[in-house]
Amino acid sequence: MLGRLSWDAIPFNEPIPLVAGAVVVLVILAVLAFITVKGWWPYLWREWLTSVDHKRIGVMYMTLGLVMLLRGYSDAIMMRTQQAIAVGDAQGYLPPDHYDQIFSAHGTIMIFFVAMPLVIGLMNFVVPLQLGVRDVAFPVLNSVSFWLTASGALLINMSLVIGNFARTGWWNYPPLSELAFSPDVGVDYYLWSLQISGIGTLMTGVNFVSTILKLRAPGMTYFRMPVFCWTALASNMLIVAAFPVLTATFAMLLLDRYLGMHFFTNDFGGNQMMYANLFWAWGHPEVYILILPAFGVYSEVIATFSGKGLFSYRSMVLATLGICVLSFMVWLHHFFTMGAGADVNAFFGIMSSIIGVPTGVKIFNWLFTMYRGRIVFTAPVLWSVGFMVTFVIGGLTGVLLAVPPVDFILHNSAFLVAHFHNVIIGGVVFAVFAGYQYWFPKVFGFTLDDRWGKASFWCWLIGFYLAFTPLYILGLMGMTRRLQHIPDPSWQPLLLVAELGAVVIFLGVLCTIVQLYVSIRTREQRRDLTGDPWNGRTLEWSTTSPPPAYNFAVLPSVETIDAFWEMKRRGRTPVEPHYEPIEVPRNSPTGFIIAFFAVVTGFSLIWHIWWLVILGLLAAAITIMAFGWSENREREIAVSEVARVEQARLGARGRA
Amino acid sequence: MIAGPPPTLKLPPKRANRQRRLRSGVIGSLVVCAAMALCSCQRAGILDPQGPIAAAERLLLINSTAIMLVVVIPVILAILAVAWWYRSSNPSAGRSADVGFEGRIEFVTWSIPALIVILLGGVIWIGSHQLDPRAPIPAKVPPIQVDVVALDWKWLFIYPDQRVAAVNVLVIPTGTPVQFRLTSATVMNSFFVPQLGSQIYAMGGMATHLNLLADQPGEYPGFSAMFSGDGFSDMRFIVKAVSAQDFARWVEQVRGSGAALDDATYAALARPSQNVAPITYGSVEPRLFERILEETASGHERHAGAVLRSPVREAGG
Amino acid sequence: MTIAETDFVPTDVARGRGGGGPAPTRTVVAYGFWIFLLSDFILFSGLFATYAVLSDQTAGGPTGAELFNLRNVFIETMCLLLSSYSCGIGALAAERRHIDYFYVTAVFTFLLGAAFLFIEFSEFAGMINAGAGPWRSAFLSAFFTLVGTHGAHVTLGLLWFIYMIAQVFVKGLRPHVLRRLLCFSLFWHALDIVWIGVLTLVYLMGAR
Repeated sequence: MLGRLSWDAIPFNEPIPLVAGAVVVLVILAVLAFITVKGWWPYLWREWLTSVDHKRIGVMYMTLGLVMLLRGYSDAIMMRTQQAIAVGDAQGYLPPDHYDQIFSAHGTIMIFFVAMPLVIGLMNFVVPLQLGVRDVAFPVLNSVSFWLTASGALLINMSLVIGNFARTGWWNYPPLSELAFSPDVGVDYYLWSLQISGIGTLMTGVNFVSTILKLRAPGMTYFRMPVFCWTALASNMLIVAAFPVLTATFAMLLLDRYLGMHFFTNDFGGNQMMYANLFWAWGHPEVYILILPAFGVYSEVIATFSGKGLFSYRSMVLATLGICVLSFMVWLHHFFTMGAGADVNAFFGIMSSIIGVPTGVKIFNWLFTMYRGRIVFTAPVLWSVGFMVTFVIGGLTGVLLAVPPVDFILHNSAFLVAHFHNVIIGGVVFAVFAGYQYWFPKVFGFTLDDRWGKASFWCWLIGFYLAFTPLYILGLMGMTRRLQHIPDPSWQPLLLVAELGAVVIFLGVLCTIVQLYVSIRTREQRRDLTGDPWNGRTLEWSTTSPPPAYNFAVLPSVETIDAFWEMKRRGRTPVEPHYEPIEVPRNSPTGFIIAFFAVVTGFSLIWHIWWLVILGLLAAAITIMAFGWSENREREIAVSEVARVEQARLGARGRA
Repeated sequence: MIAGPPPTLKLPPKRANRQRRLRSGVIGSLVVCAAMALCSCQRAGILDPQGPIAAAERLLLINSTAIMLVVVIPVILAILAVAWWYRSSNPSAGRSADVGFEGRIEFVTWSIPALIVILLGGVIWIGSHQLDPRAPIPAKVPPIQVDVVALDWKWLFIYPDQRVAAVNVLVIPTGTPVQFRLTSATVMNSFFVPQLGSQIYAMGGMATHLNLLADQPGEYPGFSAMFSGDGFSDMRFIVKAVSAQDFARWVEQVRGSGAALDDATYAALARPSQNVAPITYGSVEPRLFERILEETASGHERHAGAVLRSPVREAGG
Repeated sequence: MTIAETDFVPTDVARGRGGGGPAPTRTVVAYGFWIFLLSDFILFSGLFATYAVLSDQTAGGPTGAELFNLRNVFIETMCLLLSSYSCGIGALAAERRHIDYFYVTAVFTFLLGAAFLFIEFSEFAGMINAGAGPWRSAFLSAFFTLVGTHGAHVTLGLLWFIYMIAQVFVKGLRPHVLRRLLCFSLFWHALDIVWIGVLTLVYLMGAR
């Protein structure tokens, strides 16, 4: 009746997950109770949960990412602590069974439910505004995408309380992830939550490629788009091209586990090397999906705060597209040690170092943007300069690892762990924080406190170097990754420094939380009345902060790069524009409801509750069909309403 | 109507104390990092090669790093210098308007990384071929064969020519190329002895190949570099490189004592165990490696959902 | 979106290339759906690649040459191609608002597609009964998954098509219904393209 679900699934006899799970459940219940008591459900439902507005969806993505950062980060601190104390004969406080789940959850959550939502959230909010249009191509699909991602996150967190998570690492290699070696629900939690959120991400890719290529303000040719939109285009093209590979790969592993097939098993002809190839054929483009929008953020921030246009727009675009194409030609560098032979290894090594060329060009372009500019050192600029220095080091170690014989001695070592954290933290995380600070006033109408922002930056920067320089050294000394206890006591001092670094980074996270609190409390002093707090260059700064639901009453006419900068240079016209009624999409509960049934279906698949699987799929199908049948999906905002909002906007700007 | 110059940005007020604290924080962490970097000069792991493969790979590591540092260090200094010099509060910095594109600078920005990459490309091509794990190591003495089987969670070393075997201890003669054939009886593992050089995956149902050589006598730690389950952290072994005569003596001594690695003993060994102390076997079933390989690849009639650990050989199989 | 619903204009000005602002809804919807289909092609390419790698891993079990009945494969191929053809005729009829012709071609499209599925299902059932199910070997796992995923797409397509016929019946050939029929046509033809790949790589090359 309930498949393999039973009371045993709840870890009553394991204190750490029990307490952690209890805390999470209590916090969630407390939040829900608070919302109920305050009577906020109608508002939340109407304004957020059923919203199809890209601005709202962007905020929800970022909220999801930041909340999951806390979960992923607590995993990190637990791992660092275990490695710092479990040295020599000491076994630490996390038995292998738990430690293995924690490092698997850490990687999975950070990539899929922190980095991806944060980056997609930024793109969601900013891209339509920068393109000078009212929303993305498929707003309801956008909502579905977000809610499916949230469903995946929910499922993964359920594994903390009901059952357990995978113990296979975040790549989930077979044969370890096959039924013979991982018979319990952990791998199934991993596979189903990622399959569900993967569908959401793929839909985002389709949505944004269509938006950027087919929906732009009049006059905005390709070479007048902001660079952030180019990087968003490249990233979403990669999503469209790479995520289906992951879907297919996980589907095959699921077929092995559920129907006894032999894609990747040791026996009956299965080939575990195929999984590695397929996984990394997705996996390498994935890291470029994350870093390209990050590069876009830096381009916007550095240009704006240097008071100077980006140096060599066209080579930035060329470099972005070059990275996009090349990212599909390097995947084997993730397993040089599999024994493919010298020719194959050399080819992929050379391709991997070639991909450093466009990245290097970008660094030089940012350098020349700052050169002879007038740089204002706000927090976003600190994040950007910190990125430039840190990422170059990470790139160096990456190209080092691209030399196969060097990889033979560094593969899977702590050196590798330091390298990819170097590029992901220095590249993606720093960009997310820069973008968060930069666009926050546009989203909410007031700036963030800059001092706490800078404090957060310094904690992250110092903490990063303290946490990961020891890992570089330990990798050279022969420490491999994913160790539950450390054999060599002489490594302990370095591991303690790494632990200190992790604590300092945590202080940085706290600074960000405090920053938000302080900023909200003192928001009246930092109201953004003009909509353009930073003297920006791109179209999003031409709207109010926050923009009206329809973004632009009249779609702007674009004649150059940096359209808004040009508009400011020429001065605004005193003539009131001609308003027309604006059609905006109505809210839709479709995304939320589909996600609900996705969670039900996913959970039932994991626990083999087959009748509930069928019901869940049927309900989701009915929801889709109901949406497909619906009429009247748009509502019209009358001219009088548009005129009223626009008058208020211009009035406020006049007063500022 | 709004016209006129764009609004100026309000700059945050300087706080001397905070800047001082900040500077000491940055300097402090730089000192720590430098100290750690110096610590790493302590020779261990891959920075302490004990064989020609490891030595060549360390040389490649150092050379590649040096080639890239030639560009990276000036770039980092330039970034910090430019960011600092062109801060808005610097009155003596030259400013200019937008410079959208300048062909000469672009030529340089593309050329510098391209040249480095061309140089590295050559290093990669030559290095990959010279250090191919399958390439035999030229030496004056004939190589010895060692078959490696990764089990849960220990390493089995079979000497097919000497017909002895050992678990978690690998005795090899110095100055002699060792030709490894590797497989796994369970999940993917990676055989790695940092001081001797390259690692290689050990995978079920197939054999990978590796060639290593130890220059001088010593004891070198080895382990698995691919996570393989609960007992992974203890999946360590020791390589004992001894002189050729000592090696022959060791073989003789093992042959005279220790259990026989027959089917039943192997079946018991193959069961999951952690933190296994070294064992030696005085005799080995002929073609044991090949049979483990076939056994892992063929599989018996198994139903979906059956819980299996390492394949257990039937007695007399 | 501010673009008002317009009737289909056969010689639409190609907007969306920066000159004239956002493209019309029909263009955007078809384009987005096409991007989705490209992603689906990549999903299939992952399955194709796996099939290519595992195609000779028969683990002592039956091979393609022993199992494939090329006569049936030819018949089901013709069914699918003719179904696509009638779908194309139906699309033309719908664009010209000839609703009766649309219904006639819709029946053919559906029946031919269903015939394809029937033959494929029988093939699978026969193989399973003969002990050549997907759990027998890696080759068979790859075969059943690749061909079965295509069959699953055809099945979902036929269910979607019934739903679309219902929409036409109730709502008529209005612009948004026509857009969805356009998407369905793209989907149906794309499945044809995938099938040609399956036919070649799996059946023709496998039966040698």
